[in-house]
Amino acid sequence: MSLLEVHDLKVAYGGIHALKGISLSVAQGELVALIGSNGAGKTTTLKALAGLLPYSGKAHYQNTSLLHRASHQRVLDGIALVPEGRGVFARMSVLENLQMGAYIRHDKEIAQDIERIYDLFPRLAERRSQLAGTLSGGEQQMVAMGRALMSRPTLLMLDEPSMGLAPLMVEKIFDTIRNISAQGVSILLVEQNAKLALEVAQRGYVLENGNITLEDSAANLLGSAAVQRAYLGS
Amino acid sequence: MDILLQQIINGLVQGSVYALVALGYTMVYGILGLINFAHGEVVMVGAMIALAAIQVLLAAALSPLLVLLLSVLLAVAVCMALGYSIERIAYRPLRHAPRLAPLITAIGVSFVLQNLAMIIWGREYHSFPQLLPNASHHIGGAIITEVQITIVLIAILVMTGLMLLVHRTRLGRAMRAVAENQTSASLMGVNINKVISTTFMLGSALAAIAGIMVSANYGVVHYYMGFMLGLKAFTAAVLGGIGNLRGAMLGGVLLGLIESLGAGYMGALTGGILGSHYQDALAFVVLIAVLVFRPSGLLGERVSERA
Ligand SMILES: Nc1ncnc2c1ncn2[C@@H]1O[C@H](COP(=O)(O)OP(=O)(O)OP(=O)(O)O)[C@@H](O)[C@H]1O
Ligand SMILES: [Mg+2]
Repeated sequence: MSLLEVHDLKVAYGGIHALKGISLSVAQGELVALIGSNGAGKTTTLKALAGLLPYSGKAHYQNTSLLHRASHQRVLDGIALVPEGRGVFARMSVLENLQMGAYIRHDKEIAQDIERIYDLFPRLAERRSQLAGTLSGGEQQMVAMGRALMSRPTLLMLDEPSMGLAPLMVEKIFDTIRNISAQGVSILLVEQNAKLALEVAQRGYVLENGNITLEDSAANLLGSAAVQRAYLGS
Repeated sequence: MDILLQQIINGLVQGSVYALVALGYTMVYGILGLINFAHGEVVMVGAMIALAAIQVLLAAALSPLLVLLLSVLLAVAVCMALGYSIERIAYRPLRHAPRLAPLITAIGVSFVLQNLAMIIWGREYHSFPQLLPNASHHIGGAIITEVQITIVLIAILVMTGLMLLVHRTRLGRAMRAVAENQTSASLMGVNINKVISTTFMLGSALAAIAGIMVSANYGVVHYYMGFMLGLKAFTAAVLGGIGNLRGAMLGGVLLGLIESLGAGYMGALTGGILGSHYQDALAFVVLIAVLVFRPSGLLGERVSERA
């Protein structure tokens, strides 16, 4: 059994069917990419899995249904979402944002983990007492990722971590994603930048208009004519 | 007698009470964007419960200090339960309703509490027993009673405690997180409903303490006492910048001073046309002036964004 098993997942906003019954899975330790154009339903998928939207169909995490788990309980289960737009606490310092990430923890290693995040993102270490709202977009993305890692997730879901970032910063963020994955965290990565996503992922899904139209190894998807045409601009 | 100094002392005492009550309005507003108009009635319930407890305990011949302590604890506990229930029953079902709905409900809850209190305790004024030694001290040309000193000291203590709680603890951080972004907070594993309940309970605990303070200062309690006090504390919260904790404290103390100095000098300034009985109107002149000239209050930044 995979860590995350999704079968025939449907989400509607009023009368709008954003997800029309998708199936996907993420195995323990795997990095899976979910790609698709604007409005395909990528964010909707992650929100439903994080407990921010009601869904119908099946979503099992560690062999247990997520259906009646509230969003805050899913964090306890080990699911963390870095949302689209980052959602940092603008009026809190970088340090306090990281401490919020460790909200569910009561162990003695929180301070040590904060140092580890600072090692991962030295830029944050310099700005630990700065208000997160005054950081650049890239720095906020680092805060959002660091904060999510502070909960010590088993499954990390990232919604367009490259959005709005300069190429150098995008590279830095993707290096970090590789790094986190290498440490054994399972990752579900949503990206519009299909090339980047498929380069770091092991497997991928293509989402179009609320349906999954392709699924394969990341290498095969990168090479497939359909993906090249639709998402890689060649 | 030094009128200026005396009015400043009176203003600080009354301002301490306003500050405690204003904090309750501002905490709830900060976290829910809701004006809890029933909050003033919680102050009244706190005073009533304390009075009832004092009467019973005094009859049991306990020492006055112990009686006071137990009554305060009981009033705080009852008000916390009341605050929790108000949120649970009246506001939570309307969490996603249009903004007018919870406002109307708040006024409804306020009437219900007032009328319940009237049924239980009647329409008459009850005298609130003096439990602390009511010695007074002369400073400059003014008089301050020990009750007043106690009120100001306890208010400072309670407010310091609240600030430490909000800024230094895990719970306080969660409260600020929920106030800022509920979705993000829930993604951190924060149980939003629990934090909202806790906020109502904290505000209500402050209200209970404030209720006992005014009762001890003036020596009377009445089922209607929460109404005007609530409105004035709300004014203080708006004056300081609603949603801002420091603002509520500053607004409370300032309003206390404005009222008391206004009452002391209004007659002289208007050549006897307006007397000190216009004191209550003064608070609302302040409210209107703030709303016209500085709607975000003294320390508030972004009220309009939330509205
Ligand atoms: N709150 C909402 N109310 C109504 N419709 C919505 C809402 N949120 C999303 N939708 C619709 O659902 C569909 C999927 O949206 P979603 O945000 O999941 O897309 P996405 O794949 O993340 O797109 P993008 O790459 O632009 O972020 C879109 O058609 C969108 O208009
Ligand atoms: Mg999206």
